[in-house]
Amino acid sequence: MTSTGYSSPQARMGFFTDTSVCIGCKACEVACKEWNAVPAGDGPGTDAAAGMDLLGMSYDNTGGLDANTWRHVAFIEQHVPAAAEPSAPVQAGPATAEDLGMPTVGAPRQGDAQENAGVRWLMSSDVCKHCTHAACLDVCPTGALFRTEFDTVVVQEDICNGCGYCVPACPYGVIGKREGDGRAFKCTLCYDRLGSGLQPACATACPTESIQYGELDELRARAEARRRELHDAGVTEARLYGEDPDDGVGGDGAFFLLLDEPEVYGLPPDPVVTTRDLPAMWRMAALSAAGVVAALVGSLLGRR
Amino acid sequence: MSAEGRPDRTPVTTNDSYYGLPIVKEPAWQQPDVPLYLFLGGVAGVSASMAALARPLGRDALAKLGTVTAATGSVASLGALIHDLGRPARFLYMLRVFKPTSPLSVGSWILAPFSALASMSATSVLTGKFRTVGALAGAVAGILGPAMSTYTAVLLADTATPAWHEAYRELPVVFAGSAMTSAAGVALIALPKRDSAPVSRLAAVGATAELAAAHRLRTRLGIISETYRVGRAGSLLKAVEVLTGAGVALTATGRTSRIARALAGGAYLAAGLCTRFGVYAAGVASTRDPKYVVEPQRERRGRV
Ligand code: SF4
Ligand code: SF4
Repeated sequence: MTSTGYSSPQARMGFFTDTSVCIGCKACEVACKEWNAVPAGDGPGTDAAAGMDLLGMSYDNTGGLDANTWRHVAFIEQHVPAAAEPSAPVQAGPATAEDLGMPTVGAPRQGDAQENAGVRWLMSSDVCKHCTHAACLDVCPTGALFRTEFDTVVVQEDICNGCGYCVPACPYGVIGKREGDGRAFKCTLCYDRLGSGLQPACATACPTESIQYGELDELRARAEARRRELHDAGVTEARLYGEDPDDGVGGDGAFFLLLDEPEVYGLPPDPVVTTRDLPAMWRMAALSAAGVVAALVGSLLGRR
Repeated sequence: MSAEGRPDRTPVTTNDSYYGLPIVKEPAWQQPDVPLYLFLGGVAGVSASMAALARPLGRDALAKLGTVTAATGSVASLGALIHDLGRPARFLYMLRVFKPTSPLSVGSWILAPFSALASMSATSVLTGKFRTVGALAGAVAGILGPAMSTYTAVLLADTATPAWHEAYRELPVVFAGSAMTSAAGVALIALPKRDSAPVSRLAAVGATAELAAAHRLRTRLGIISETYRVGRAGSLLKAVEVLTGAGVALTATGRTSRIARALAGGAYLAAGLCTRFGVYAAGVASTRDPKYVVEPQRERRGRV
């Protein structure tokens, strides 16, 4: 029996997204849209009708994960002291760094007037975390959301009635309701590809192996090795996010190596599955219901 | 932010968020559908229990009114829920499984039978036919009533919406108290002086419980309490205090006057609506600013 309650010979599959090698090319976003036939547009902060928009957030024009964005590449532009600038992580990871011969496009230099100031870029491809304890799945009243044999979390489009409960339940703000369609959509971890032994579309398209697909146990070991490697190279800000099976969601099936605090990437620092407190919630509701009975009996039995 | 609601030209992120974008999603439900669904269900629940108690006590007018209110309220509540679905034609998918981890599933299994039973009972009361069946249906609806008036609090709390989740101890008391004052409000408007004493007592108990719990919402939830104090939610919850206070004062001083009773009843019902719209607004506000997600979670991790 696995921690997700599934008992099958199939190992748990997931993603390890190593953001230290992400070049922000958005191949994953495009490959995901192509394979899954996800419509354009309708990300947070975008003009839904236009479908594509310039958000003025660095090179990010998608904004965030939503019903129509299942992979989202975040572009973080930060002021950093000039001294810290050379620790751009791609160069810092010795063994894996490769000169891809890309044209030198870079974060705009804003520093000359401001003494010692520079700008660094962080790029990260975000995705549904396929939580071990998935709030979206727990609260779905129809059973449309289910856990697959790969221990991933998938919506069945023919069952979802668009109640929208999964949307505020997700502690990462991943799943969304699609305008015009009314149902909820999110990353399926390419459920339709896995069965045929293929990798998910995004992992296949990623040119730098920032997105790695595989057995979760193996990915966790690989991620820890990469974190150590970066620390040894002096990138001490490297940290894993979502890899801990003891965190508030029981660990993510899709986890990350980040180079700053999670909130900088738009990720919650300490997500907890809301249903963890559900027994306490029902207890409070039962107490209140008992209070209603007592109040009614007391009021109606009174004289006059 | 610029006039178009986009971030200003300098696209530099801060250490607290990703361009100030929300982390968790705003509830995907519509207003007024869902606040009305919460309000009507609450009134219907307490009314059914009130009717079930009033019948054996020989308070026939109260029993009849409670029965009819329960039926009308619950059918309207169900209507609002169905109207809010992305796929209303698939409402019955709510009943394809029973999922204790989903308060919306549990709630649907309370609401659907409740509205059927309440409608049977009301039909019997209004036509004078099938009295035994009608009385039995009314009694069972009366037993479900307290659950009707409180499950919606769990429904909201069982999300990642900070203002709702963190309020899981208070919300059931707020909703139960408000449902009692609103149900009493209907009776104060519709019934003669003879029945006003017990319902005034019920209203007083409900008002006390609700205002005490709402005060805790505004003071005990740390930074999240802000969302109950300011903005739309703050104004609505202030209005609840004023309206409920007016209702209590009017019933205490002017119970003999038909006009005073009607005004008090109206104030209670208006307060009940403001409660649901206010709590809803606080939830929305708590998702729009990522600090309500980030700060409590950082504190939890011991990072300030
Ligand atoms: S990240 Fe959100 S949508 Fe994905 S499995 Fe977890 S709770 Fe569900
Ligand atoms: S919107 Fe669909 S997937 Fe989400 S909780 Fe409702 S039925 Fe389940």
